[in-house]
Amino acid sequence: MALLQINNLHARIEEQNILKGVDLTVGAGEVHAIMGPNGSGKSTFAAVLAGREEFEVTEGGVLYEGGDLLDMEPDERALEGVFLAFQYPVELPGVSMNNFLRQALNQQREHRGEEPLSAGAFLKRMRECAALVSLDPQLMSRSVNDGFSGGEKKRNEIFQLAMLEPRLAILDETDSGLDIDALRIVADGVNALRRSDRSFVVITHYQRLLNYIVPDVVHVMADGRIVRSGDKSLALELEEKGYDWLREEAVAA
Amino acid sequence: MPTTETEFLHEVAASEYKYGWETNVEADTIPKGLDEEVVRLISAKKEEPQWLLEWRLRAWRHWEKLAANPSEAYPRWPHLTYTEPDFRNITYYSSPSKKPRYESLDEVDPELLETFERLGIPLAEQEKLAGVAVDVVLDSVSVHTTFKEELAELGIIFCSFGDAVQEHPELVQKYMGSVVPYTDNFYAALNAAVFSDGSFCYIPKGVRCPMELSTYFRINQAGTGQFERTLIIAEEGSYVSYLEGCTAPMRDENQLHAAVVEIVAEANAEVKYSTIQNWYPGDNEGRGGVYNFVTKRGICKGDRAKISWTQLETGSAITWKYPSVILKGDGSVGEFYSVAFTKGQQQADTGTKMVHVGKNTKSTIISKGISGGRSNNSYRGLVKINKGAERARNFSQCDSMLLGDRCGAHTFPYIEIKNPSAQVEHEATTSKIGEDQLFYCFQRGIGEEAAIKLIVNGFCKEILAKLPMEFAVEAQKLLDIELEGSVG
Ligand SMILES: Nc1ncnc2c1ncn2[C@@H]1O[C@H](COP(=O)(O)OP(=O)(O)O)[C@@H](O)[C@H]1O
Ligand SMILES: [Mg+2]
Repeated sequence: MALLQINNLHARIEEQNILKGVDLTVGAGEVHAIMGPNGSGKSTFAAVLAGREEFEVTEGGVLYEGGDLLDMEPDERALEGVFLAFQYPVELPGVSMNNFLRQALNQQREHRGEEPLSAGAFLKRMRECAALVSLDPQLMSRSVNDGFSGGEKKRNEIFQLAMLEPRLAILDETDSGLDIDALRIVADGVNALRRSDRSFVVITHYQRLLNYIVPDVVHVMADGRIVRSGDKSLALELEEKGYDWLREEAVAA
Repeated sequence: MPTTETEFLHEVAASEYKYGWETNVEADTIPKGLDEEVVRLISAKKEEPQWLLEWRLRAWRHWEKLAANPSEAYPRWPHLTYTEPDFRNITYYSSPSKKPRYESLDEVDPELLETFERLGIPLAEQEKLAGVAVDVVLDSVSVHTTFKEELAELGIIFCSFGDAVQEHPELVQKYMGSVVPYTDNFYAALNAAVFSDGSFCYIPKGVRCPMELSTYFRINQAGTGQFERTLIIAEEGSYVSYLEGCTAPMRDENQLHAAVVEIVAEANAEVKYSTIQNWYPGDNEGRGGVYNFVTKRGICKGDRAKISWTQLETGSAITWKYPSVILKGDGSVGEFYSVAFTKGQQQADTGTKMVHVGKNTKSTIISKGISGGRSNNSYRGLVKINKGAERARNFSQCDSMLLGDRCGAHTFPYIEIKNPSAQVEHEATTSKIGEDQLFYCFQRGIGEEAAIKLIVNGFCKEILAKLPMEFAVEAQKLLDIELEGSVG
């Protein structure tokens, strides 16, 4: 059984239809890339999977580990192993990284019937995960994303991914705005976190990330639909031709 | 069954009203209403000197005049809606010596005790707060005495206002009314006429008070009446940190509270005044609840004196309160740090006044208002730079957070500048508790209530951090408990 099975997903916001029939199946341990022009609905797709309430699902369904994902509250989804690395990570003034992550981690542990992590074990784990994406451990005593640089915010998302060990990780343009060194750090971090029981949906606008995170499948989204799927060579083809020919295809479809 | 502690507390409070735990009128209570006789009676019961009786009577006559013309006398400018108290139907004096209701903690409602536990209130204090008879020898009285002796060695006077009148009349006479005259406002006049008791604190020249005053004494304040009067005098170069109030839910059958606090800081003296106010806010329909009309003001009399007000306001049905600083001495500093949290049908109109008189004076105002339920929360602040206040500086920041869409947040900043060299900065923000922030928390597996607590605590953090350590911990727990079930 696939980890994630999406059938004919439609979603809208304020009367505007954005997702117009997305089909996608992600098996355990697979890495899927979703590419597509700006405004094609990639972030909306990620937000709907994570349970953002502003978006109304009007048609279709999502099975996650065989259960109805859309029936679950956003925090339940997270507790069940769905993780979203935000395109625009949110600032929480006055809430320390430490406190935030400890709460998140302990909620997840409680959900799995595990004891809260001891302060010592938590710290150790935090240092290890921070090292994975070369994040300064000093940031842990600062407020969540508050005053973080663009690159720090993105690495912080992957750091949290490492801490929370999800089964489905959705990365929404984690690469955009990163210089090549930072991009490599993030990609290496993600590669280190690949496992046979962890799947990734990597949303990106650019092909270059896929030089480092090699996907099993590449999908192209245009106008709220997946219009093409293929292996990693599809990404290169897109790089060459741009997105315009897809738009035409989408309109023709 | 109540679902949250907050509701429970409300229920406890409401039920106490319903069952009238304190209806048996003690012999030491004087009849309702206010006239010259009542003022004389209060003064006589307290065996006050003639000068104080006369002062009370002057205040009373002033109040009488104001009350005769209520449309002008009552402060109607706050953003508050309520029925004015019927001043003829209030009891102005009752003996503070109330009998305990229980023999031991075992008899107290276990849910109330659990709340005390969660707030981290020590056992001995729990007993007093719940109204349990306390073993006088073993308990705080001995602690009380030890600290009193330690303070006395340093020449610090810390006692009830009544005791100060008896033992240090010259100090009381010199300073009382010097910062808040009875002519200041309607409620200040009322307080001056009928005040029951309060605290008095005197720190001699050059002395640094070695402990947070009233941490160990706060229970004793729990029983003080509805018209409290506090006077703090910090002589040259002295320092004191003073705590008022308590995180435990404080109930009172007195609907009207009109306290006055006066602070005098001489040259190079520093006074830090922290308050946690958690009076009964009334039930969810807005019935009952304390009207809290407080006049608090300090004067930085000498050069480089400093006064800071820090407050966490979570209680009362109506709060009307503007702790202020008159910056008279050159280079003196005034600070106001406030968190006001309202929910249910609560209304708060609170803020500060910073009056710059001396040169190079500096004031800082940071106010955080959080409103939930159908409550209304207003910040009202005045920054006044007088003509002679060369190079005065003020920074004000007022942030409001809404926890739902049926509550209100308002900001009324007033700025009067009479000296062109002044630098005044004002920042204000109002935001609904961020959907993005909540969603970010949810996405990490943090549920709604925990997420709200996290975000609100983050919002208030810089203020709570100004409170003395142990108070700060309790304050945060209090805020957590108050936040339960407050959204919507
Ligand atoms: N909160 C919103 N309100 C209104 N329209 C939105 C909102 N979020 C996204 N959209 C619209 O949905 C479309 C898809 O946006 P998005 O999912 O962000 O695309 P992508 O991530 O592929 O750039 C765009 O036309 C965008 O304007
Ligand atoms: Mg996007």
